[in-house]
Amino acid sequence: MRKLMIVAAALALVPAAFASEEGGGAAAWQTWHAGNQLGDRASLQRGARNFMNYCSGCHSLKYVRYQRIGVDLGISDELVKEHLVPPGAKITDYVVTAMPPADANSWFGIVPPDLSLITRSKGTDYVFRFLKTFYADPAAATGTNNLVLAGTAMPHVLSDLQGVQRAVFDEHGAFQSFESAVPGHLSAAEYDAFVRDTVNFLDYAGEPSKLSRATTGVWVVLFLLLFTAIAWLLKQEYWKDVR
Amino acid sequence: MANAAEGAATKGGFRAWLNKRLPVDEFVQSQLVGYYAPKNFNIWYFFGSLALLVFVIQIVTGIFLTMNYKPGELTAFDSVEYIMREVEWGWLIRYMHSTGASLFFVVVYLHMYRALLYGSYKAPRELLWLIGMCLYLALMAEAFFGYVLPWGNMSFWGAQVIVNLFGTIPGIGPGLVEWIRGDYGIADSTLNRFFALHVIALPLALALFVVLHLVALRQTGSNNPDGIEIKAKLGPDGKPLDGIPFHPYYTLKDVVGVGVFLMAFAIIVFFVPTFGGLFLEKPNFEPANALSTPEHIAPVWYFTPFYAILRAVPDQRLGALLMGLSVLVFLFLPWLDRSPVKSIRYRGWIWKLAVAVFTVSFLALMYLGLMPAEGTYVMLARIFTIAYFAFFVLMPFYTRVDPVKPVPERVTYHA
Repeated sequence: MRKLMIVAAALALVPAAFASEEGGGAAAWQTWHAGNQLGDRASLQRGARNFMNYCSGCHSLKYVRYQRIGVDLGISDELVKEHLVPPGAKITDYVVTAMPPADANSWFGIVPPDLSLITRSKGTDYVFRFLKTFYADPAAATGTNNLVLAGTAMPHVLSDLQGVQRAVFDEHGAFQSFESAVPGHLSAAEYDAFVRDTVNFLDYAGEPSKLSRATTGVWVVLFLLLFTAIAWLLKQEYWKDVR
Repeated sequence: MANAAEGAATKGGFRAWLNKRLPVDEFVQSQLVGYYAPKNFNIWYFFGSLALLVFVIQIVTGIFLTMNYKPGELTAFDSVEYIMREVEWGWLIRYMHSTGASLFFVVVYLHMYRALLYGSYKAPRELLWLIGMCLYLALMAEAFFGYVLPWGNMSFWGAQVIVNLFGTIPGIGPGLVEWIRGDYGIADSTLNRFFALHVIALPLALALFVVLHLVALRQTGSNNPDGIEIKAKLGPDGKPLDGIPFHPYYTLKDVVGVGVFLMAFAIIVFFVPTFGGLFLEKPNFEPANALSTPEHIAPVWYFTPFYAILRAVPDQRLGALLMGLSVLVFLFLPWLDRSPVKSIRYRGWIWKLAVAVFTVSFLALMYLGLMPAEGTYVMLARIFTIAYFAFFVLMPFYTRVDPVKPVPERVTYHA
């Protein structure tokens, strides 16, 4: 039992260890970890709010229903209707954007992708790094570019919060560091938390069953342990005769 | 053994009524209680019954998946997500099926490796081995078709690569590929026929081969870690001296194996269902897209040894041929192996070395098939491809000169 607790404590420290790696070194951003916790319900709720406020204008979650979000994240139907469901939509509807695809195509040259499975196809770290590495680039149509997805058509919709950062490149065009050009409403730590909450929500949206399956799994494995032990004792009893 | 059957038949009640019309007791008597298996089975002998268990899991979960899965290029991907999110316990059924697919290959590879270690394919069990190979080939096809059904981007491009291999066949190649796809590219018609093959044709073939495999096994009797025929030493009662009734001894022992296996199975299903992208790959969470090729296309881990061989050969046609041969060469094992001894326990250092070389080559090729085909990886894949084939091609020679040890009369068993 003590061993188990040490392992659990070590595992709990892992995200902290990753977090302390942040900053320093030109390639440091490639080692940033989302470190989101699906068990943190408040974080998931904040993430849902962030998504509805900043992402859902362009991006859909076409496999997720508003009501399901409420049930899974412990938000009452009333609150879901009040804060998450846009006007004209029902609580049982899927989370789809109001932006017509044809318009999106003419504005951005691409239809913004559905984000239901983004954390499953790209991983949570990818989304975390993507949302943190926008930088001013006068050459880009949107005025911004991104280290994770160079040439992205997405404007930096969170620049109000993060502020605008400039990227410093060396003579070979390799990224060196960020410097702040315009400060945002949030401090660096607050912005990290904001992105982490949003990624956490997307992690949940990618696989709603992830919230409960490990808990179910513990009981299944415990049952199987008991089953196997009894089966083994029975087998031993019968095999006593074999010489 | 006839006594029990007779006893049941003469007694009244439902059992007698049933046995008069269906030989239930007779079957249990002859196939389970009266079937004598060597008493010295070790851990390697769990994987046959486990393969049967996984087969049943796949059939049962497959039935429930089929109730909500919708084949078709516009519906397939969405219906899988529907199962994952909106069908009651759908995620569990789907993860059991996807995990079952990979673990099917784990147990089948271990089962086949057991045959290699103890010479279970050698006379008189050549046909048992060949039927087993038919099972393996049908399983490969079943897994491939099933992999295409979720219609993720890796499904799509994997299908593209595999189906195109048939295009390398001289003359009929291009026409054959079009015939398989039912279109000029991997398309709706391809998905629908793969669905038909996955849920009807191949499961039926697998079930048939499973029955044949078991019947052939009952005919020859099981081999064992010593590679000794237990039927050669009979007791006064006519039963093998080193044999024990399959039931209750091995049924109970197998239940323990089932428990341990299901624990591993449950740990994967509930805690790491994608197995780090090895059982369910990341690009497959994006829908099939003919305009966007995944960064590098690799099949699921259980096909990668053969895929590595395909890519190791510079010429595509020769590569496809060698890839096919690398699978089919197992069919010839009973005749390539000329050793008078079955079990590795009584073979010489040459065979042990050869098996070690083969084991390392197979695992190395498995790893290399998952890696991009560039630089050192290709060079290594070539070396291990040569080693892999050398194991088979040189077998008739080295098994004849291998210094074997004397085989004991009776099996070794420590209670």
